[in-house]
Amino acid sequence: MAGLVYDVVVIGGGPAGLAAAIKTTEYGLKTLVLEQGEKLGGITLQCIHPGFGIHYFKEDLTGPEFIYRFIKKIESLGVEYYTNAYVESIEYRSIMEKKISVIMPGRVLDITTKTIIYTTGARERHRYEINIPGANVSGVYTAGEAQAMMDLWGVMPGKRVVIVGSGDVGLIMARRFALEGARVEAVIEILPYPGGLTRNIVQCLKDYNIPLYLSHAVVEIKGRKRVEKVVVAKVNENLEPIPGTEREIECDTVVIAAGLIPQVRLLEKLGVPIDPATRGPIVNDYLETSIPGIFVAGNALVINDFVDYAVEQGEQAADGARLFIENKGIHTRKWRRIVKGRNIRLAVPHYVSGDKDVVLYARVKWPEDNVWFRIPETGRKLFMPKVRPAEMIRYVLAKDDILKTTDKITLEVSGQ
Amino acid sequence: MTRVVRKVLCIVCPRGCEVKVVIEGGEIKSIEGNACPRGAEYAVTEVRSPKRVLMSVVKCRDGDLPVVSVKTDKPIPKDKLLEVSKYLANIEVKAPVEIGDIIVENVLGLGANIVATRPCRKQK
Repeated sequence: MAGLVYDVVVIGGGPAGLAAAIKTTEYGLKTLVLEQGEKLGGITLQCIHPGFGIHYFKEDLTGPEFIYRFIKKIESLGVEYYTNAYVESIEYRSIMEKKISVIMPGRVLDITTKTIIYTTGARERHRYEINIPGANVSGVYTAGEAQAMMDLWGVMPGKRVVIVGSGDVGLIMARRFALEGARVEAVIEILPYPGGLTRNIVQCLKDYNIPLYLSHAVVEIKGRKRVEKVVVAKVNENLEPIPGTEREIECDTVVIAAGLIPQVRLLEKLGVPIDPATRGPIVNDYLETSIPGIFVAGNALVINDFVDYAVEQGEQAADGARLFIENKGIHTRKWRRIVKGRNIRLAVPHYVSGDKDVVLYARVKWPEDNVWFRIPETGRKLFMPKVRPAEMIRYVLAKDDILKTTDKITLEVSGQ
Repeated sequence: MTRVVRKVLCIVCPRGCEVKVVIEGGEIKSIEGNACPRGAEYAVTEVRSPKRVLMSVVKCRDGDLPVVSVKTDKPIPKDKLLEVSKYLANIEVKAPVEIGDIIVENVLGLGANIVATRPCRKQK
């Protein structure tokens, strides 16, 4: 068993995981990466559009270009990794000992580690989670499935497409389909405002004259063997379909882009408390979960707009793991709670120590213009010309400001 | 003289200004609504000659995956995107391919190259 004892095991070989593993290796910690897929890289491998790395590399890269910079670093540092490695369970033995059971082709491994950085990303919400009834026919894909078909395997999922959901993933797939010669009949969004970044509304829909229907829902999928049409209807303020507003759109393909949910199954099994707003674990500013020495980063923590943020979180978790190993645990005298005030839907992390500056990530509940992002306990405020649910607010909370506070730190968005 | 008002949603920064460009007789007469000079510059380009980077995939023979992802190494005119995309649908390259390899030089004479954005390893 001697070869299978690590300081850090990173579960998930996407952007957050690779960034974490590079840093812990540079710190001299014995690190192993476990990736479930055939290759390192995660979902970025199939994101062939630009927009990656603008913050991190100050360059506009595609997903694969971005992730291969990390993969090359992993190779040059000689970081150990296994692909096709499925983590079956995590067991907490003691503060400095966790056991991971891994299933790989032809063998089963038991790995012992002091810390875990959990970066398993997210899963997509599917058709039945957003209540689209109707025929159980072929031609219904999630956006990520359609993307993998087109961009990894070179297969067109269909010719006439309806996209459900206007988040960035849905918008980017609308453009992808249009560019490959498919006809995108419509993007259907249940909320009264678009889910994605404005630049994507412009560059993915307007460029290709793809109609976006806000306050609309797909209420039925019709077809015999394959999708033949969808029924869409307007919805009221409670997001319920309004009778009499139904109409049919003919199509052969429905792409569900209804949002992502952090994939935290193994953490839930361990009893880690989950935040109902982020649907990821509750963490402190070292991105440590309630279980000592288990850290989480990337989309498994909170759904991020930019891959750069996932990388940043991976690096923060790496710092946490290093501190944990050096001090046999993270010992903070006083935790302050992050409290969600007016128009704040979610915020990460949930507790801050005051030991260091902290990067806060928050999302608003509804769009507003000309507002202030405020933290009353510190007296700080930041003017924001626009806040949008689709655009995460990133704010660096200074250590000195944290030390001014006692038990809580409120985030809020308001007119003054 | 014909007077055209074009509304351009600026995407240079997250502020998202709606910039109004007034064109008279083919000439830009005024630009309004932009909060900064970059917005004006963007709006002019959008009105005069909108350009985009194209991304797609091309077939890759003997590779670890059947296709390799590509992009144009500079923006190309927006109205040529579909033409280039169609052209790329009939291209085939042979593994191995490295990131940055030129797949098509000066594609359709537009002054941009098609470059690989993912390595494609040779599959035995």
